Amino acid sequence: MLDWIRGLGRGGFRFFETLGRANLFALKTLVGVPAVLVRPRLLVAQLYSVGVLSLPIIILSGVFVGMVLALQGYNTLVDFGAEESLGVVVALSIVRELGPVVTGLLFAGRAGSALTAEIGLMKATEQLAGMEMMAVDPIHRVIAPRFLAGFISMPLLAAIFSALGIYGGYFVGVGLLGVDEGAYWSQMQSKVDLYDDVYNGVIKSVVFGLVVTWIAVFEGYDTVPTSEGVSRSTTRTVVYSAFAVLGLDFVLTALMFGA
Amino acid sequence: MAAGFRIMRQRFSWTVSKNKMQRSAETAGPAASETLVKIRDLHFARGDRVIFDGVDLDIPRGRLTAIMGPSGTGKTTLLRLIGGQLTPDRGSIEVDGLPVQELGRKALYELRRRMGMLFQSGALLTDLNVFDNVAFPLREHTDLPEAMIRDLVLMKLQAVGLRGARDLQPSELSGGMARRVALARAIALDPMMIMYDEPFTGQDPISMGALVQLIRLLNDALGLTSIIVSHDVQETAAISDYVYVISQGKVIGQGTPEALGKTDSALVKQFMQGLPDGPVPFHYPARDYMEDLLNA
Repeated sequence: MLDWIRGLGRGGFRFFETLGRANLFALKTLVGVPAVLVRPRLLVAQLYSVGVLSLPIIILSGVFVGMVLALQGYNTLVDFGAEESLGVVVALSIVRELGPVVTGLLFAGRAGSALTAEIGLMKATEQLAGMEMMAVDPIHRVIAPRFLAGFISMPLLAAIFSALGIYGGYFVGVGLLGVDEGAYWSQMQSKVDLYDDVYNGVIKSVVFGLVVTWIAVFEGYDTVPTSEGVSRSTTRTVVYSAFAVLGLDFVLTALMFGA
Repeated sequence: MAAGFRIMRQRFSWTVSKNKMQRSAETAGPAASETLVKIRDLHFARGDRVIFDGVDLDIPRGRLTAIMGPSGTGKTTLLRLIGGQLTPDRGSIEVDGLPVQELGRKALYELRRRMGMLFQSGALLTDLNVFDNVAFPLREHTDLPEAMIRDLVLMKLQAVGLRGARDLQPSELSGGMARRVALARAIALDPMMIMYDEPFTGQDPISMGALVQLIRLLNDALGLTSIIVSHDVQETAAISDYVYVISQGKVIGQGTPEALGKTDSALVKQFMQGLPDGPVPFHYPARDYMEDLLNA
């Protein structure tokens, strides 16, 4: 029992210690961000590997999520003779929730894990220490461009996901199930609000992008520099990111639509 | 090989005279001193493990000093302390008259530009090719035009014999080549000193021979100060001017390689001659052998 309490205390201390380190790290990274803007080439390279290379999985998932939503929505709505509202159901689900959340989870799995593994391996092979000894701050040179690239890419990827999801729903609903095309679009137009729905979705994706990228670069930088350490950090990035995305989604939804 | 080095020696002669002029100008100043790195009463511990327990070291300017000791004595840690990547628990480290652990970030980075360090793994940036790796410090710290960077990089690569390998990726290099590229990168900004972390570990005899010669040659031709951390006794002793032997957190022997070869200290003798048993026992501490077997 005493051991259990002791373990709990130790775990608590370790948690807050890590949290403190992560916050200091975030602060240092933010200080390094302006320097990246002066050297856009570093940023462009990272935008490619973080953003562009994540496109295929985002596109594919977006289309399929939209198609499934249309199928499920149609089956429920048709009982009430309300299948004309299919466009609203698909659009609201995707723009408010699934777009930012699923993109956040996929982004953590595709780009976040890659960031952690890359930075962790750079640490394990002494590349970061080597940079420090060459009087180049690795936080400015390596971390800041990746952080900024993730922060920029994630909302854009979420927007692409949402747009393609709506088209996926259109393809199944209008193309296969025979919902009226005019109803699909016009109901969506009248019921989806730019501020309440679209902007709130964008805010979510910005927050998720920030948190997932932060977790990914911190886990990489803070890794135990061995192959086992890097693999653990990569796993942690995906797990913590998923928790953070789902938890924050609840908090943000409560704040935005709760009262 | 020898002919190649002779040619290099001639090529470097102008650099040498330039460096000599610089050094004589420096020694005229009041701050100049013969000791480049001065370590006093160094204490450092990792958790409960004491790594340095009162170490005093002097690294003379322009010489090649070796720091040797069994594995796990914190030789790499010592280089990181000198480079300011770690902070000692007690004691002082001065490099070129500057107290390393008291410097602010800017001053520390300023100092590091004048130090080169060769990591055991080479620490080449894996996303850049050989040329860009050597150009990396030049591009980060200078605004030189690309044509001049190209000339400088090719000169540094020529000095380590790898001008022809400029387009290779780090993954295509052998261990010895990677270390030579890292060496070219370390001298890219013409530093005042270079620290070598286990430069000979895991090298085949040919690349070992090349590295040994290269380290001595660069030290003399460029007027550098070199610190080699190693446990390859023969190779290191062959080229160093002065040797420190560290074990269990203390300096247990020092002197020229010849003097250390004739030492009376049993521990130093065991290390220098590579004897399997001695003050450092062959057996890891354990209870009595017979007792252990019988109490199965």
